[in-house]
Amino acid sequence: MRILSAFLCGLIFGLGLVISGMTDTTRVIGFLDVLVIRKGAWDPTLVIVMATALAVSMPGFVLARRRARPLLADAAAWPTRKDIDRPLLAGAAMFGIGWGLVGLCPGPAITNLATASPTVIQFVAAMIAGMLAHDFWRRGTAWRRSEAAIAADG
Amino acid sequence: MAPFDPVSAAIGGALIGLAATLLMLLTGRIAGISGILGDLVDLASGDRLWRVAFLAGVIAAPLVLAAGGHKLSAPAMPGWIIVIAAGLLVGFGTRLGSGCTSGHGICGIARFSPRSIVATATFVAVAMIVVAITRHAI
Repeated sequence: MRILSAFLCGLIFGLGLVISGMTDTTRVIGFLDVLVIRKGAWDPTLVIVMATALAVSMPGFVLARRRARPLLADAAAWPTRKDIDRPLLAGAAMFGIGWGLVGLCPGPAITNLATASPTVIQFVAAMIAGMLAHDFWRRGTAWRRSEAAIAADG
Repeated sequence: MAPFDPVSAAIGGALIGLAATLLMLLTGRIAGISGILGDLVDLASGDRLWRVAFLAGVIAAPLVLAAGGHKLSAPAMPGWIIVIAAGLLVGFGTRLGSGCTSGHGICGIARFSPRSIVATATFVAVAMIVVAITRHAI
């Protein structure tokens, strides 16, 4: 049931991305291109998509918070961090550069795999490589830090 | 460019919000694509099956719409060097920054997380600057 629910949620999510036009890179770049607002050529689609998604998910999450536990799991995995740190800002900036260059963020990139476009496959492969590179680098620095801590202690 | 279609945008946006809400209500998970994909490919993580199922649904969506007569068209993409560089930046950046447009932009802002609000403002602003440069300065 939990796996089927995850599939259906993914399906609804993907339908939303396609229907809203967010899988279309020209639309996303049309939103990001704010210099054309004065010319009247700006595409406000992403604003509408964000606003309506939040109009549903804000009350939805309030409802989910009130429940002791999810319907199909023992506990909800709510994120707990509140601190604004450098990795958050640096990561968001890096993501912003990539997003601006192509007009694809991870969700629409995955959805667009259905078109079997070779360049979309290239993008997703590079994205996964970037994720793995991050994890590898993070573990490396964590290991060095623990080695340094041991050295400092002894 | 396709003309602005506020009705489709609103229906699609509501579906995205609905999917995020249902995933949390049913399975207690955040519908953040970079987190789901990143944890799926991370060798150190467990509990993979629901992640595979969710992403399978995301990929299946355009095929379902195509079966209903909706046109399935590949997006406009730049040359491969830009594509690879951008993919690497999106992958590394979303892991370092703990989320993307869905995890921070939809789920995070929906729960009023200060981290997500700052992250979303950052990546939208940076992407706007990048487009201003690539479209107007080069």
